[in-house]
Amino acid sequence: MATLIRSSANLDRPRPLSERLVAALLLGCGAVSILTTAGIILVLVAETAAFFREVSVLDFLGDTEWTPLFAEKHFGIWPLVAGTALTSFIAIATALPLGLLAAIYLSEFAAGRVRRVLKPLIEVLAGIPTVVYGYFALTFVTPLLQEVIPGLAGFNALGAGIVMGIMILPIIASLSEDALYAVPMSLREAAYALGGTRLATVFRVVLPTAVSGIGASVILGISRAVGETMIVAIAAGQQPRLTFDPRVPIETMTTYIVQVSLGDTPAGTLEYRTIFVVGMSLFLFTLLLNVASHYLRRRVQKGGTL
Amino acid sequence: MIAPRPTGGGPAGPRRTAAWAPSRLSPERAFRAICVLALVLPLALLVVLIGDAVVDGWPRLSWNFLTSYPSRHPEEAGILAALVGSACLMGLTAVIAIPLGIGAAVYLEEYGRPGRLTSLIEVNISNLAGVPSIIYGLLGLELFVRAMHLGRSLLAGSATLALLLLPMVIMASREALRTVPHGLREACYALGADRWQTIRRVVLPMSLPGMLTGIILSLARAIGETAPLITIGALTYVAFLPDSLRSPFTALPIQIFNWISRPQAAFHVNAAAGIVVLLALMLLLNGVAIWLRARLQRRVTW
Repeated sequence: MATLIRSSANLDRPRPLSERLVAALLLGCGAVSILTTAGIILVLVAETAAFFREVSVLDFLGDTEWTPLFAEKHFGIWPLVAGTALTSFIAIATALPLGLLAAIYLSEFAAGRVRRVLKPLIEVLAGIPTVVYGYFALTFVTPLLQEVIPGLAGFNALGAGIVMGIMILPIIASLSEDALYAVPMSLREAAYALGGTRLATVFRVVLPTAVSGIGASVILGISRAVGETMIVAIAAGQQPRLTFDPRVPIETMTTYIVQVSLGDTPAGTLEYRTIFVVGMSLFLFTLLLNVASHYLRRRVQKGGTL
Repeated sequence: MIAPRPTGGGPAGPRRTAAWAPSRLSPERAFRAICVLALVLPLALLVVLIGDAVVDGWPRLSWNFLTSYPSRHPEEAGILAALVGSACLMGLTAVIAIPLGIGAAVYLEEYGRPGRLTSLIEVNISNLAGVPSIIYGLLGLELFVRAMHLGRSLLAGSATLALLLLPMVIMASREALRTVPHGLREACYALGADRWQTIRRVVLPMSLPGMLTGIILSLARAIGETAPLITIGALTYVAFLPDSLRSPFTALPIQIFNWISRPQAAFHVNAAAGIVVLLALMLLLNGVAIWLRARLQRRVTW
């Protein structure tokens, strides 16, 4: 006991070995996360470098066909990028209006009790496994859309994109709601004092003030959509093509990785390396979006809105 | 928060509302109705989604379905291997991720002095949380399956999922640690305890309910993860139970994906039944988390 008192009372003294050992062990746990990032970057860079020793960067960025699994190989990334952009765009076009309106309702109109019940309920949508969403897109949404849109293929970007929009809706609703809720009450009161109606206050004062936070939520939603795998793998098809037609089968970057992983492509071959090149592109895209979203949210926290 | 309702019509009321007599069709009411619709529509879809799976899968749900191996004949196929695989996978993932996650959280909250290293770890964790799960699959494929020669095994799958889960576990644990009042730590130091004793005897026991709740919720999410497991090469047809850490495996979401990708409608029924089981498992885990929080919170009072 005496030693204990001394060790904690005398903070200048070197701490006992056991204490330092524990600290080192805990630091080691924290370091695992840094090693994970390092591992991801190392793996992607190494395989990407090996890929570009065989395929020129010009082909990768210049070719408009992606057929690494065929006899006649083309390595143009753009069809996969187009597929990803198309499904993500449809997802955001679905999620943004719904999510933002829901956020406005929760923050500006709903009573506190309603808000406390509805917000977690909306967030349940984000917890549904994506393979379930994929099933829903393929067997429910697409047949429904086919009744309205003739010529809609069984696998298409539209159904997958809409369902993906439902999946990312909670991110947009929840983060936008936080941003709207954080707008100081005094701003609303000032607007009312100036004779503004409730609607005018929402559209002219609250929304413009919260625009950074809403932007951050949208970018994060896009990032989630870009990295989403199972919905598009199940319902959007596996045919890489450079098109923005939402009615036909396409292939996203994530779907390509799944497609190759399901086959048995031997390690070390060019085909095997393509999934890491695609993974690298995916990683860079999402990193860029996450950093942008982070930057916008930081601006909100610093109070530097508008 | 309830914004004060502007008084329309009265002498002090805003001129713009006066133009809109407070009738049933005021633009505010209309806008409000649209907002409510935007909120109800996704919730209705959630009900439809679950209802659709239950209706589709109901005919196949039986004890046989839970206790049979996959088969070429959809009526005879079951999810035994997938269910046991998922259970083993989750258990092993928890064993790897929980100590690492709590350790990292304790370091960041209790030991790490504000400095370059701590903020590097913090920024890194928030970045990792945004990395698509399929990228973790690529890491697992190269690191665990190939470099560490674990093969496409249960251990490789669990390790991959553990890395994926780690940011969530760390964040949940940190949040729980922050709820322990600072005064308690100081009281402990005043009694002569050193830092590790304070953490082990006071801080950890008090924050454990919160930690466990967060960890179980992230496990509930991990049980539905499909993409990283496909990437590391989990099998889609397994007619045996895993018997060791090195054994090949399949998991419930992978079995579901496998059935969805078949053209025959009969297999889609199996997929729907699998989905019902998966959702029930997740609901169960979420229920356990909530129950645990309510139960353990009662014991800890200050």
